[in-house]
Amino acid sequence: MPPVEQKRRLQRSVAWLDERLGLSSIREFVAHKTVPVHSGTLWYYFGGVTLFLFVIQVLTGILLLLYYRPTAGEAYESVEFIMTRVQFGWLIRSIHSWSANLMILAAFIHMFSVVFLRAYRRPRELTWLSGLALLGLALGFGFSGYLLPWNTISYFATKVGTDMAASVPWAGPALARFLRGGDDVGGATLTRFFGFHVAVLPGLATTLIALHLMLVQRHGISSPPWIEKRFVASGGREPQMPFFPNFFLRELMAWYAALGVLGCLAALFPWELGEKADPFASAPAGIRPEWYFLAPFYTLKLIPSHVWFMEGELLGLAGFGLLAVWWVTLPFWATDREGVERTRLVTGAGVLLVAYLATFSLLGYLR
Amino acid sequence: MTRALHSCGADPLVRGRRPRRPGPGTDGRRGQRAPRGPAVRPTFLLCIALGLTPAALAKDSCIDCHSALADDLQKPALAFSKDVHSQHGFSCVDCHGGDRNADDPSGAMDPARGFKGKPARKTVPQLCARCHSDVGLMRRYNPRERVDQYAEYQTSVHGKRIAAGDEAAATCIDCHSVHDIRAVKDPLSPVHPLRLPETCARCHADAVRMAKYKIPTNQFEEYRQSVHWEALAKRRDLSAPSCASCHGNHGATPPQVSSVAAVCGSCHAMMEDLYDKSMHHDVFAAMNLGGCVVCHSNHGVKMPSTAMLAGPGSVCKQCHDAESAEGQTAAGMAAEIAKLDASLQKSDEILGLAARSGMEVSEAVLKLRDGREALVKAQVATHTLDPAAVQKAAEAGLAIAAETHHAGEAALKELNFRRFGLVFALIAIALTIAGLWLLIRSIEGARPPVAEAGRR
Repeated sequence: MPPVEQKRRLQRSVAWLDERLGLSSIREFVAHKTVPVHSGTLWYYFGGVTLFLFVIQVLTGILLLLYYRPTAGEAYESVEFIMTRVQFGWLIRSIHSWSANLMILAAFIHMFSVVFLRAYRRPRELTWLSGLALLGLALGFGFSGYLLPWNTISYFATKVGTDMAASVPWAGPALARFLRGGDDVGGATLTRFFGFHVAVLPGLATTLIALHLMLVQRHGISSPPWIEKRFVASGGREPQMPFFPNFFLRELMAWYAALGVLGCLAALFPWELGEKADPFASAPAGIRPEWYFLAPFYTLKLIPSHVWFMEGELLGLAGFGLLAVWWVTLPFWATDREGVERTRLVTGAGVLLVAYLATFSLLGYLR
Repeated sequence: MTRALHSCGADPLVRGRRPRRPGPGTDGRRGQRAPRGPAVRPTFLLCIALGLTPAALAKDSCIDCHSALADDLQKPALAFSKDVHSQHGFSCVDCHGGDRNADDPSGAMDPARGFKGKPARKTVPQLCARCHSDVGLMRRYNPRERVDQYAEYQTSVHGKRIAAGDEAAATCIDCHSVHDIRAVKDPLSPVHPLRLPETCARCHADAVRMAKYKIPTNQFEEYRQSVHWEALAKRRDLSAPSCASCHGNHGATPPQVSSVAAVCGSCHAMMEDLYDKSMHHDVFAAMNLGGCVVCHSNHGVKMPSTAMLAGPGSVCKQCHDAESAEGQTAAGMAAEIAKLDASLQKSDEILGLAARSGMEVSEAVLKLRDGREALVKAQVATHTLDPAAVQKAAEAGLAIAAETHHAGEAALKELNFRRFGLVFALIAIALTIAGLWLLIRSIEGARPPVAEAGRR
């Protein structure tokens, strides 16, 4: 077929699709979308990196699903089979585990960059809330996925985690029973966690990601107030970069870099399987949850069993509950009634939270 | 038992509707009491609720008076609270007679009320046997407890010597203690498995005490060098053999030459079986040698190794020259075992290296256990004195060693492949990033474009 004819056919196909999908409007939109350029632009990439790692999670998760069996009798053996018998199974599982951790790390970095660049400000309150809900879902993914290999550490960590849930007043016992599917962690818990991990949470996460991206698109990428003010004062325009291809290609570089880090971790430090869970065995010494739960876990360990009239654990959980509410409502208390930003308060809160999480996670890991 | 105790309905012989029968060692009044059933139970429960134990409520003039005395007269009263008999509701009068309810010493220790004082040493076994040989009585307190101790004791060297009038021979109290007797399972009991060797050694390692019997006193010292002691004292393995495991406890007597293999075989059954079928069995019997101990010794049994078969420490050399056919056979068996041991060691090392490098080799590690089992079988097969039997077991182990070593090699090869793959992937990723950067540069020119603020 002559090249001219080939080109004509391609154009006809594109026109056919354009008529049905409205491709030209998408092209138009992408051509005009811009991203602010300033010293903090680097932090914008972490949102995209988090999304990229989520996509890796989905893809590797689907591959693991081909062999994984969610029953107490078969779960461990099926993961062992994946790691020892399936071609590149070890790599898929290792990438799945490492990318889960990197995704949560990237999400935390993204959240704190939003705080320090003041990207939560009006009218982006819902973007902030949907982002925090996504972080919560990521932690839920981590908690539910941790049990799935059904090894000793994950079994007892889940026991500790669901015990904590049980100590919540009123709803605690019912919540723990709902999570476990019974009075204790067992086969029913595994099946339930598998359901959360591969159906409920992905569905919620996909919906929330769509909402989050839609809100980012609607309000645009925020510039820090000090940059905005500088250009408002000078009467100039804020420097912008075309989203496509300039920002997109840079984002692609960040994704490749993340892929390189992920590959190194997965190949050099394959995720261990450990010993199969034995519900009748005593808990191994030094048991601790994943790193992202270490700070609250270690804090709860430090609180005395009784503080005044309250149980220590209950007091700790109440404290974390209040801290979570305070953090979630950040966009609403970050400005006073006159609309003046409480810059120092927000920066101080952010720095304190980062310091707390880093210090207590480290202490929890070392102790 | 006292009236106070009965007022709580807490008499261990009355509770639970046990059969009425005369109690041992007392004036028989215990057996005359009517069982207190549901009518007294509330009172008993009230006592418990108030924190008043039956023993605390019971009047015991023996304990009351002797606790106030000094030195040797006080010690039994103080020690008795820890005694298992005290905890089961027995008191001094159950062994010594007398009346614990009497307020004055003359009444309490009145021979007319059955007071017998300190039992003569040679009567101690019979005294203990009144209860401990009584099936019905023992069933009330410990249904699983043996009641043949006294019968066994009478067959023991200790029992025979006591019967012959040797008061230095051991009786019940020399091993179990007196007044603070504890259950055997109590770690503080002198006959608890972990403490038994030291208890036997109190007499048997005492050269002065053993002089008149003309028996050695180095058994405990030798035992402490043994593999059995290591299992018992270092690994705290309560099933590890100690003195009583081979000599018996109540029927303690040295194993006869003809029964040594049977004694060792009570734990090492397979070795005994192979030894009985071997040439050594008849030869040692003809030479009046004690089976297993000829090679392994008795109290100082060491961990068996190939060094016992060949080399300067060979036990075979006691009877066979190293150059003889028998010596050569032993050396051949040792070589087979050593070869298997070395092969398994190599597999262990390579699998360890693979595991430390993050490779999944648990299946091969599990398989290696079968190899270790084959090694034990080959070692055990030496008791047949048949090199073919050793070789057969060793070959099975060598096949496993080869298979697991191959698995280790494959894991390390896979590790190298992964590293190569990683380097390749990283180079590809780096080149892609560089390509993207060059593409951005070519799109943007020397400086990044700053577009006018458009639609975000």
